[in-house]
Amino acid sequence: MAIDPIDARGDLRLTRITKSYGDFKAVDDLSLTIPEGSFFALLGPSGCGKTTTLRMVAGLEEPTVGSIHLGDTDITTTRAYQRPINTVFQNYALFPHLTIFENIAFGLRRRGVKDVKEQVEKVLSLVELPHLAQRKPTQLSGGQQQRIALARAIVNRPALLLLDEPLGALDLKLRRQMQIELKWIQREVGLTFVHVTHDQEEAMTMADTIAVMNEGKIEQMGTPADLYDDPETAFVANFLGQSNLIKGKIEGRDGDNLVIDLFGQKISMPSARSHAVDNTLYAGIRPEKFRISRTGSTLRGNILSGGRIEDVSYIGVSTQYVVAMPWGQELMVFEQNDDGVPPFNKGEEVVISWEPNFTFALRGDEDVEAGTEVNPEEIQE
Amino acid sequence: MSFTLPKVRVPYLLLFPGFAFLFTFFILPIANLAQTSTQTPIPGGDTGQYQQTFAFSNYLNAFLDNREQFARSFIYATLATVFALAIAYPLAYAIAFKSGKFKNIFLVLVVAPFFTSFLLRTIAWKQILGEEGFVVPTLRNLHVMGQSTTITSTAVAVVAGMTYNFLPFMTLPLYASLERIDPRTIEASGDLYANGITTFRRVTVPLSLPGVVAGTLLTFIPAAGDYVNASILGSPNTKMIGNVIESRYFKIVDYPTAAALSFTLMAAILILVTLYIRKAGTEELV
Repeated sequence: MAIDPIDARGDLRLTRITKSYGDFKAVDDLSLTIPEGSFFALLGPSGCGKTTTLRMVAGLEEPTVGSIHLGDTDITTTRAYQRPINTVFQNYALFPHLTIFENIAFGLRRRGVKDVKEQVEKVLSLVELPHLAQRKPTQLSGGQQQRIALARAIVNRPALLLLDEPLGALDLKLRRQMQIELKWIQREVGLTFVHVTHDQEEAMTMADTIAVMNEGKIEQMGTPADLYDDPETAFVANFLGQSNLIKGKIEGRDGDNLVIDLFGQKISMPSARSHAVDNTLYAGIRPEKFRISRTGSTLRGNILSGGRIEDVSYIGVSTQYVVAMPWGQELMVFEQNDDGVPPFNKGEEVVISWEPNFTFALRGDEDVEAGTEVNPEEIQE
Repeated sequence: MSFTLPKVRVPYLLLFPGFAFLFTFFILPIANLAQTSTQTPIPGGDTGQYQQTFAFSNYLNAFLDNREQFARSFIYATLATVFALAIAYPLAYAIAFKSGKFKNIFLVLVVAPFFTSFLLRTIAWKQILGEEGFVVPTLRNLHVMGQSTTITSTAVAVVAGMTYNFLPFMTLPLYASLERIDPRTIEASGDLYANGITTFRRVTVPLSLPGVVAGTLLTFIPAAGDYVNASILGSPNTKMIGNVIESRYFKIVDYPTAAALSFTLMAAILILVTLYIRKAGTEELV
């Protein structure tokens, strides 16, 4: 019996989705639109609800509350096998009793497609493994299994391709290579990819748009550059790269800029980049935006003086400093090793400066530790 | 003298107890049995006195005299295996996938019958299926069975008894192979446009095939040679080959015929099992 999946294309819309397990809300009132043709990443630590969200889109879980639309079609209660959506599972979930050819042909045969052989061969050459057609999954390496899992899904040309931590089981080098390959394949086949990962670098490398998830909610959504340069919450600021967050008070305005007091030193920043709700805030600066200078140098932009080098790590492309400030905070500074200036020594008195436009500001009541430590235990699988 | 043993000898040392046991209690008796199977009575000797005459005709005679019981053994064993599979598959499936935290309790219940003796359980079945049991009166009241029809002493009782007695041997290997299935492959099948029935046929069943093969063998082999069920629950009309061997040995004291029948049974089972495994193609399975 041939299954005819529903014919729906278009943007994926999640509307006020909640998924509860008893008292625990894995996904909490989440709304999200994923444009057709995009490479979208759901990024977050283990247990943030990203996999649950993906499983609801796949039809493997049903939301407790809320609706899911694909284009104009409501698919909230549509069974998994009727959705034009395919998944690349975390550990690939290839069928161990079938050959690679039959694994890839599985979806085509269920839909009663005619030219199975031709389509399987085409997708096998797309993933560059045509010689493995007659092997069994256990005879393949992890990287090869990963590609077969991808081939098995994209051969169906779904309206939506879901990738659940697809590179998690690969080693670092292979992962980097597959990231580039996946992005290339996505452009080649022109399908919408929704990618779930806890690896911020992976999300930033591949996705056009990233939604950062935490505790069942979306913290912030945007392009990788948006999220990195202008995070709206401490969680995003810390989870994507590293941030220096310094407590401060808004002293006043100067045109489009805010004048801010940081422990008695005045800095300025564009008011458009502030997410503060009252006059308290955390000023955020990425470590590579800081410049270190010896005390007494002539400097432009924002300046914080009174620093002392606490620690120096030379890591080739850059040198990473820990600078202790007079108010007891330690700031991270990454200096490119491109100017021939010998590194600073531990204990030297320094001034740090930066371009005011690189500053972002978070609400004064944020938890500055949010997103810095990721719970290694999976809360839900 | 050194106490470290050369590495190559360790595996042989580990094999030794098992090998010694099997040699003494399996190889030697089998050889003895083979030798007995071609003996003939000593002319003028007492009952039970035989001499070696290499009378291979014993095999032919034994087989020809008991064709009916041979056929019955294989038919009953096949029926019991099929019924046990039909009962055990849903049971094992439910325990493996649907029992949640009660999984271990159900598994204990499956093996619970082993806490009482095989013989005792079969005698209990005689009572269950007897005139005073609840099965016969219930079926009679429902007019499923005629008022004078009985179950005990029929093939139905023998096959039912065998099905019951060998059920755990079917259930446990089935459970083991179902439980090993990665639930994500089931999800992947649904994700790839297979509905529940197709997923069961295309993924669950093929992946549980090693358990089906193991379970059917563990049921069929002892069932084919069984005589307890037939002697307790059956009648002279339901005699199996095991009953013949038993009576030849212990009642008629015709050792050569009993031995020849034993070997014939062994050979028949071996051939059937080999054909079956070939057909099931277990080497293709992971």
